Amino acid sequence: METVEKYHAIKVDTEKCMGCTHCMKTCPTEAIRIREGVANINPDRCVDCGNCLRVCPVDAFYMDHDALDQLQNYKYRVALFSSVMIGQFPEAYSEGSIYEALLKLGFTHIFEVEQPIQLLIDSIREQVDAAESKPLISSFCPAIVRLIRYRYPSLIDNLVLVNAPHDLAAAYALQLLTKEGARREEIGIFYISPCSAKMAAVKRPLGEKESIVDGLINMNDLYSQIMKVISKKEEQDTSCCRDQLTHDGIVWSLPRGEARHFKRKSMAVDGIHNVVKILERMENDDIPELDFLELKSCHQGCAGGILLTGNRFLTVERLQKRAKRYPVTKDCPITNCNVQDLKDKLKINPIQPDYVFALDSDRMKALEKLQKVERILCQLPGIDCAACGAPNCHALAEDMVQGKAKMSDCIFLQNRYLNENKITLARATKNLEKAWGKNRFDADCNKRGGRNEGF
Amino acid sequence: MKMEFDIASGDFKKAGRASSQIKKVLKQLQVDPKIIKRIVVAIYEAEVNIVAHSFGGKLTAHINGNSIEVTLTDNGPGIKDIEQAMQEGFSTASKEVRDMGFGAGMGLPNIRKNTDELNVTSEWGVGTTVWFRNQF
Repeated sequence: METVEKYHAIKVDTEKCMGCTHCMKTCPTEAIRIREGVANINPDRCVDCGNCLRVCPVDAFYMDHDALDQLQNYKYRVALFSSVMIGQFPEAYSEGSIYEALLKLGFTHIFEVEQPIQLLIDSIREQVDAAESKPLISSFCPAIVRLIRYRYPSLIDNLVLVNAPHDLAAAYALQLLTKEGARREEIGIFYISPCSAKMAAVKRPLGEKESIVDGLINMNDLYSQIMKVISKKEEQDTSCCRDQLTHDGIVWSLPRGEARHFKRKSMAVDGIHNVVKILERMENDDIPELDFLELKSCHQGCAGGILLTGNRFLTVERLQKRAKRYPVTKDCPITNCNVQDLKDKLKINPIQPDYVFALDSDRMKALEKLQKVERILCQLPGIDCAACGAPNCHALAEDMVQGKAKMSDCIFLQNRYLNENKITLARATKNLEKAWGKNRFDADCNKRGGRNEGF
Repeated sequence: MKMEFDIASGDFKKAGRASSQIKKVLKQLQVDPKIIKRIVVAIYEAEVNIVAHSFGGKLTAHINGNSIEVTLTDNGPGIKDIEQAMQEGFSTASKEVRDMGFGAGMGLPNIRKNTDELNVTSEWGVGTTVWFRNQF
């Protein structure tokens, strides 16, 4: 099998990063280490959940994205976004005025991705009905799909094999525009992403080499751009592309948005650390009998997406209100597109596990390493101070057996070795500099960090 | 390698600690996920058995390159009729325990279903030993 290098949306700005430990401590896959005073992400382990961005006090994490001037390369300029985009705007701005502002910014067609959602619901239901081992787990949130591939390989067959709403909407948009007579190369599809995980998933879809979209725009940036041009006056509703938008579509990315279609035989969990707890239980066969499990990495689902500007609870509230104005899906027949073609586009191949937490692919070697980890742990202080540049003592011990760290990286052991005259003071200082960089030991009243920045 | 856990009677909040730790280790050894699942379910059931029915006990796991052996011993009261306890649905659990979602009488049958070799010995008034082995 061809191995494609993992793509990650999240990058570290080494100029801005001050090498604190916030991100490292919150990462659900222990993918971050501090080296030479800056955060270092292990691409094998990162699931692009964006929790590091959330806790960073100096905004050192960023994502590659396209600027609006890219729009000029296309005749048909399509904006694709989840309805949470609309939900973040204060009520003073109407739906019509937000759409109008997007046209002012240069888009020609605007599609909210959760349409025609009925196709997605049908496809998930078919799979749930046919499944031997239940519950099926939603594959909507790309951070969760990655988490399961890495940490819960035994549950991989429970994932629903269906594309995400943005794939559906992109295919739908292409179909409609082609019908209008547009050629593919004239169409520029721009996905406005609510989070880092979707960005990574759109750029490098599971099992596919090419992305369906032509550009990625950060929802945060676009929000600011819209606020510059938006009018507070009530605008005429200009969108022709909301025919298939329904109540069910609008709440899809919110908590229970998917699960509600499976009534009481479903459960919805949001927040990646909560998701971890449920997946652990599911591995023990210790959850009630369910058909469908909705798991979302962000609290309040996509309303809590890392790239949203608005408050997540207000966004949920507004979207629920907005949804009431739209018809429910089953009252809204899909008429204007080739349904079979879209259905085919929803299918994806089985997802493969990725054993990134295995200590070694050779089991005997892995066992040796495991025993070594136990022996090392006897020596470490067990306070998880992270002063070694790893998130906790156990992670440091694992790094050691993989040859990525050494005993003297632990400041407690280092102190012992100094007392026992096993290393010199110069050596000890050098060790600390390896994790924290030079000049970290000088007094500096302007230095960032240590001032409760997280709060 | 050897892993040991004390299991306290009645402490449902901690039931599952041993299975979680062992699960983590098996994943690091890259054992087939389907086999891990069987082992973990068996261990978890056995853990819950000690918490729910016994006066407390101990779990010891031996892991080598191609199998895991788990021994659980408790300090009583013991099982009066093992044959009966192995039947699906047979339970001596109190209403309290059942209300917490345990004690449906699937514990030992589920352990048997998920293990390659199983041996249960018990003496009424003394205690129970559950031993099982799964190949990787």
